[in-house]
Amino acid sequence: MGSDKRSAGFYVLAVFFGLFVLFLYGPLSAVFILSFQGPQGGLTFPLNGVSTRWFQNLFETQAVGNFGASFTRSLILGLMVMAATVLVSLLAGLAFRHRFLCASPLFYLTVASLVVPSIIVSLGIGVLFQQIGVQPNWFSSGFGAHLTWTLPFGVLIMFAVFNRFSPAYEEAARDLGASPWQTFAHVVLPMIAPSLIGVGLFGFSLSYDEFARTLLTSGSSNTLPLEIYGMTTNVTTPVLYALGTVTTAFSFLVILATLGTILLVNRRRARA
Amino acid sequence: MNALLARATPYLQATPLLLILGFFLAIPILLLLVVSFWDYDFAGMYPGFFTFNYAETLGSWVTWKTYGNTLKFAAIVWAATAFIGFWVAYFLAFHVRTAAMQMVLFLVCTVPFLTSNIIRMISWIPVLGRNGIINSGLVGAGVIEQPIEWLLYSDFAVILAMVHLYTLFMVTPIFNTMMRIDKSLVEAARDGGARDWQIIWNVILPLAKPGIAIGTIFVVTLVMADFSTVQVMSGGQSASVALMMRNQMSLLQYPAAAANAIVLLVLVLLMVAGILRIVDIRKEL
Repeated sequence: MGSDKRSAGFYVLAVFFGLFVLFLYGPLSAVFILSFQGPQGGLTFPLNGVSTRWFQNLFETQAVGNFGASFTRSLILGLMVMAATVLVSLLAGLAFRHRFLCASPLFYLTVASLVVPSIIVSLGIGVLFQQIGVQPNWFSSGFGAHLTWTLPFGVLIMFAVFNRFSPAYEEAARDLGASPWQTFAHVVLPMIAPSLIGVGLFGFSLSYDEFARTLLTSGSSNTLPLEIYGMTTNVTTPVLYALGTVTTAFSFLVILATLGTILLVNRRRARA
Repeated sequence: MNALLARATPYLQATPLLLILGFFLAIPILLLLVVSFWDYDFAGMYPGFFTFNYAETLGSWVTWKTYGNTLKFAAIVWAATAFIGFWVAYFLAFHVRTAAMQMVLFLVCTVPFLTSNIIRMISWIPVLGRNGIINSGLVGAGVIEQPIEWLLYSDFAVILAMVHLYTLFMVTPIFNTMMRIDKSLVEAARDGGARDWQIIWNVILPLAKPGIAIGTIFVVTLVMADFSTVQVMSGGQSASVALMMRNQMSLLQYPAAAANAIVLLVLVLLMVAGILRIVDIRKEL
């Protein structure tokens, strides 16, 4: 470790790590390759020619249910969850910097939100909406169900960020005559911006892929994961893989865009 | 006036979180507790105070078998993810030398976990299936005559997919605690004549315990709550508690599902409370 020469242990672990990465990405790449299966091809290797037929199939609504509509719903829901997660987590993170009554119970409620099995949340919200006589919908009950999963992540991240945040910067700003709002907007916010972007990415991705919590809370219209889950039982063509490739590519795009934004923010800050 | 505002600020800031978790988490669970004592038939639910939902749930050997099966999944997946998670985190934290490389490799591990669970599940089908990569490879190489049937749609497939889906929840917390271990402790142990494995066993492992505990909470609660992996990867041949609930829900037997939910919730919370006795998460963030 300290010396320059690599130990034998390093090479063993490097191979182990490599196998782990292969384990993570191998199956995904199989799906990616097989989504370009020829028109006569099936769900397994070998490739029977190469075509984009299954991608075309995806956009014909009658073939595989309504991919476009469920994608749009998931996208909008993801953005709603993202915005709410960032805002509520930031506020809660600021609150937890101070001592207040019930801080501890609220913290444990947040942790509970993380450990309560997703299907119980789904069932509970489903029954609640039924009892108060409100039609469940993806943008109401589904939105709330997703927040019970994204908020604990957001709050815990903000908690960790503010644990490491030195109050000296704010004191300096205050000494120079900044109002509380100016201190927040010009000192605190720019410093925690990369973490907030990270929280946003978590909020969006967790919601975009969430399945169990949407089950009883999305009402009559499917989100994308529900649509895909339905397909696993009744679709036997590579169109399933085409859908997998498209949604995964979209997720990768979102992640890349986020990382790019964080890098950009950091670079701009380094220059300033 | 200003002092009053300053004192009220944290309450105002905490209110949205409290309202959302209150309405979408606390109230639904309390309601499930109430509903679990209700009567029901095919037409609806009837308020009252009956204990037969619990009697039926706890009195049936199917329930006990299902709980046993779910706990078996949890134990095996926990052991596998803890093993993989520890060594991956150890490699990243102690063997990768530059911070930039650490970040890149960590992101490589993280990215798949931000993609759809269901897609990652079905991605095993072309690998494990009867005509999948592994079987056709082994048959082609002459290692086996017949394709191995138990690779897909079996408990093995369920466990493999769960390890695939949940390992990051172990890697991240362990990596996080390991990064905070003072490297001079390792140097001191080395100067004292400790061998590599002694350093790992006597220095790093004890200090990484909080991370392992947090990872354990994640993995155990995720496996205990899982129904989709069990359903898809076992091809309907295996059962889990959540899958049992799911079936009751699709038959609209909400009070029965609610009783099941309460039992599962109590079990999960007991497990988490047990783990939390070892570690204070507020200190670990």
